[in-house]
Amino acid sequence: MTDIYEILRGQKNAEGNYQKKSVIVQGITGKYGSTHTKLMLEYGTNIVAGVTPGKGGQRFEDKIPIYETVKEAVEATGAEISIVFVPAKFFLGAAKDALESGIKLLVAIPEHVPIRDTMKAIELAKKKDAIMIGPNTPGVIVPGLIKVGIMPATPFSSGKVAVLSKSGTLLYEISNNLTSAGFGQNITIGIGGDPVNGTRMIDAFDMIKDDPELEAMVVVGEIGGDSEEILAQHIIDTGFKKPIVGYIAGRQAPKEKRMGHAGAIVMGNYGSAESKISMFAKANIPVAKRPGEVAVLLAGKMNS
Amino acid sequence: MRLLEYQAKELFKEFGIKTPPSISSKDIEKGRKDAKELGYPFVIKVQIPVGGRGKAGGIQKCNSDDEFELKYPQLLNMSIKGEKTRAILLEKMADIEKELYLSLFLNRSKRCYTIIASSEGGIEIESVKNQTIREVGLGDVDAQTAKEVADEIGLKDSQKDQFVEMLQKLSKLTIEKEAELAEINPLAILKDGTLVALDGKIMTDDNSNFRHNELQQYQEKSELEEQAEKSGFSLVELEGNIAVIGNGAGLVMSTFDLVTDNGGKPATFLDVGGGATTESVYEALTLISKMKRVKGILVNLYGGIVKTTTVAEAFIQAYDNNLIDIPVFARLMGTKSDEAKEMLKDTKTKMFDSIEEAINGVVMETNK
Repeated sequence: MTDIYEILRGQKNAEGNYQKKSVIVQGITGKYGSTHTKLMLEYGTNIVAGVTPGKGGQRFEDKIPIYETVKEAVEATGAEISIVFVPAKFFLGAAKDALESGIKLLVAIPEHVPIRDTMKAIELAKKKDAIMIGPNTPGVIVPGLIKVGIMPATPFSSGKVAVLSKSGTLLYEISNNLTSAGFGQNITIGIGGDPVNGTRMIDAFDMIKDDPELEAMVVVGEIGGDSEEILAQHIIDTGFKKPIVGYIAGRQAPKEKRMGHAGAIVMGNYGSAESKISMFAKANIPVAKRPGEVAVLLAGKMNS
Repeated sequence: MRLLEYQAKELFKEFGIKTPPSISSKDIEKGRKDAKELGYPFVIKVQIPVGGRGKAGGIQKCNSDDEFELKYPQLLNMSIKGEKTRAILLEKMADIEKELYLSLFLNRSKRCYTIIASSEGGIEIESVKNQTIREVGLGDVDAQTAKEVADEIGLKDSQKDQFVEMLQKLSKLTIEKEAELAEINPLAILKDGTLVALDGKIMTDDNSNFRHNELQQYQEKSELEEQAEKSGFSLVELEGNIAVIGNGAGLVMSTFDLVTDNGGKPATFLDVGGGATTESVYEALTLISKMKRVKGILVNLYGGIVKTTTVAEAFIQAYDNNLIDIPVFARLMGTKSDEAKEMLKDTKTKMFDSIEEAINGVVMETNK
């Protein structure tokens, strides 16, 4: 499996610091893309190139070179990470461009990508041995080192707890609570709110579970699908022993209604909060009743 | 979008999947014409976007004009789980020998389509033990796979051939219409040996709507939901009296859960989204102001990229224009929340440091 830590931070150098990996931004000149490029630069992310068809040869903010295609950007910079901001209907084209040009980590921000397009992008990513995060994800952050996403900087601080979340705002809220309680984060990954995800809960878990610096994990799920149940079963099967705390949004949501996220819908018992919470219980994962309780439960688990 | 039975059957017909003769209507005048055309006896089936309509009395046999005049209005005015009747389907009675189950279903965690088939139909598939399941990638079903499925559920001869054809047509429909679920339940074997789709359920991918203009006629949204979509946020309407607003689907769901846990009754699930502006939040307040049953507004924001001052500004404009006069209970966190609190301190908005306190406030207010 492609190692997400290797792609995002590499190995420590002689001074004990991780590397600054290069990042390409697809859709860098758009309103959303340009805003977040500035915010990522502010955070310290090493953005080396942008891609906007029709604007090749120009520069973003007089600094970052813009290319026509990801292929050209990769040839010029050697970057392995790309973040995509194009409108949903152009996503599949942008994803193909990236994956066929050697991108190893594709962070797919757009919301409203058709499921069929996502499925095709996933097939290609598998073939190329690349990781796709999203679509409809806030992205991924290794606090203090690299932010490839649209999350605000303030909730996060460097530490040893990993957070996996379907929801963006709950990721911020819960990370903020964790930070306040003294639990910095080793990595946080936005799974995304779509029915089909490039990186599923179980994939994200497998990517990070063996990191020696990792001390605990927080899983923020929501109604819809069965990725939480499958993760819980996998945790039981692998005998993972580090503390994990969960949260599930949508306990009181009406059935057969889409609650904001394309994936947040309960059909019969498929996707229900009860099903997820009971599987978490089997895996010995306490589930917080409210976001504010996550850090409290984690403190309890860490001290037991 | 979730298609109603009659809409699903229109698609079945378009793709050559047999259904019993049926006609849909939305008023009794048209219904009377349909009844004459179809001829008694037939079944009247309420068209409603939730399950369990049979148990709720939404499917009735009809043998005469008198029965029709009695039952049609009853079904037209019924509601199940808070959903009102959208249309009425009159359908010829089918002479059923046996009921089967067939669907193509997007398995999210396996990230592929699955065929689910069973020799037991007419009940919810979750309760059927005897299922045949096949993974079929992006939904394409070849003849060989279809034959194997037919064999596994025990079909032979002409029925096997018909089943294979039906499954391949269902696969074509699933791919072309970008369905997350295309279900025939029950799939009936009639006494004369023909296979027909007796009931159907289709869910399509809303995110693919832009390439399916032909499906737009099936869009069933309330006026408010439609306006919300235009303004770029998602809204689910419910029957309670607390308007729940926030940014991000997860945060709003979580707020919604806590309101309900504490005895409150949400009237909305309203996610202003990651790209909220003063204008869009003002638009959200305008929508809520039109919902007369709303007795209180609960706002839960985690300002990230969206500044909480942007939202506070919308509230100030709403007060200036007398748009809202019901109490507002708010918890603002994150980017510029101190500034936002300062902006709202002399208004009717009550500010709280924690969401739990804000919820206590709004629940007390609305349960008065």
